[in-house]
Formats: sequence, structure tokens, C-alpha cells
Amino acid sequence: MADDIKPRLRVPSTAKKGEVVEIKTLITHPMESGQRKGADGKLVPRLIVNSLAVTYNDKPVVNVTMEPAVAANPYMAFFMRVEESGTLKFVWTDDLKNSWTAESKIEVS
Amino acid sequence: MTTAPRLTRRRALSGALGAIASVLAARQALATPDSAREWLASLAKGTPQAGKVTLKAPEIAENGMAVPLTVSVDSEMSEKSYVKALYIAADGNPNPPVAIYEFTPLAGKAEVSLRVKLSQTQNFVAVAEMNDGTLYKASREVKVTIGGCGG
Repeated sequence: MADDIKPRLRVPSTAKKGEVVEIKTLITHPMESGQRKGADGKLVPRLIVNSLAVTYNDKPVVNVTMEPAVAANPYMAFFMRVEESGTLKFVWTDDLKNSWTAESKIEVS
Repeated sequence: MTTAPRLTRRRALSGALGAIASVLAARQALATPDSAREWLASLAKGTPQAGKVTLKAPEIAENGMAVPLTVSVDSEMSEKSYVKALYIAADGNPNPPVAIYEFTPLAGKAEVSLRVKLSQTQNFVAVAEMNDGTLYKASREVKVTIGGCGG
């Protein structure tokens, strides 16, 4: 199952200095809330991606703590002000401490 | 001869409906605007003011499995003045917490979009904590046709 979990990004590759750009992310993940009953009538144990940390050139931009109420395949969009070229890094972590990383470069023109 | 089984079926049906109704009632009993308030109060200490926070969500969500929500906070996001944290709750869910965002001025604009599971018609509540400790709060009702919890 872990093989199906893939992060996706939509980040501009270039930006003007000082521009505020929109960043969209999605990670394919079932986000089991721990409230749902499976075919056997038993509760399916909770297993969600509970955090997303976003850094730009290793400086924190946004940290998200997710609860089971976040829908499956969590989509997260937010903004960032670009002052210099660099690498935007995303780290998702689930309840079992598995983590997935994605990176994207932004060039300041 | 033929009426007897009909009666039992009717009785069985009404029994089943009653069971469904009681399950629904039990679900609603789990809905806890108070625990949403408590959760928000435990994170954001102080009394939130109205304003600055805007919630965008559909008035009616046909499917509670993924309700789009955009929360924006009016802030210049400079070193002097920025939104430190944004707490989002859904006050009718069995577990009201939805998400916590922590920002730095690097974010440039305090606006986030996400999709949320909603079990029933209820309110989104968002509290923004500024870097100077002031709190702003807003809420928005979403009517849900099909709940998105359990099943």
C-alpha cells in the first residue's frame, strides 16, 4: 500500500523577486479516520498523514498538523513569498512515522 | 394466512427504521460544538475578536467526504506583523479538530485551501493567532447532504 502513496506538487519554476506564489500539493493517501467500519464490521484503525512541513532553503514556510477530518488524498494549497532562488522541500509524515519527501526548485528572474 | 407474514414484515421494517433513527440520534449526540470550542481555547489562549479571518466553503455540500475550504487571514505577513498560527475545527464532527497551520513571514500571504470530511451539517470555525498574541475568529455553516464519516 505504501507504494501507492505519491506526493504531487504544483509549484511555479520561476518567480519575480518578492512575488507571492501559490503552492499546491496533494499526496495520495486513504487517511483512515479510525471511525470507519470495514467489511468485517470492525473499526479500521486510524492511519493518517498527520503532518506536512514545508521549507524553502531549509527555512520553515508552513507547518501543517492534520487531523482525521482532513479528506482522503489530502490536498493542501498555500502561498510563499520568493526573495531568492532556491529549493522548496515538502515532508509528509504519517501515524507510523513513514515519511515522503518532494522537492521543487524556484528560479528568481 | 397471507396477512400474518405481512404484519411481521411491517413490524420488522418499522423496527429497522427505528434502529436507523436511533443510530442517527446517537451520531448527532457525538456532535460536539463544545469540544470544538474547548480544543480551540486550549490552543489559542485569550478571547478571539471578530474580523480578519475569512472562510470560503460551499453553502451546501452534496458529499461530506471532501468539502473544499479556503481560509484566509488579512495580514501583511511581514517580520513585524504576521499570522503565527491558524486553527481550524468542524464543530459537528465526532472529532472536531481539522488542522493546524503554523506560518512564518516567508509565507507571504496567510491563505490556505484544503478538503475536509464533514459528518453532518455544521460550522467550520477558524481562529487565527497573530505574532503579537491577538486572536481573530470566524465561522461558517455548511449544509451536508451525505455525511462523510464512517459508513
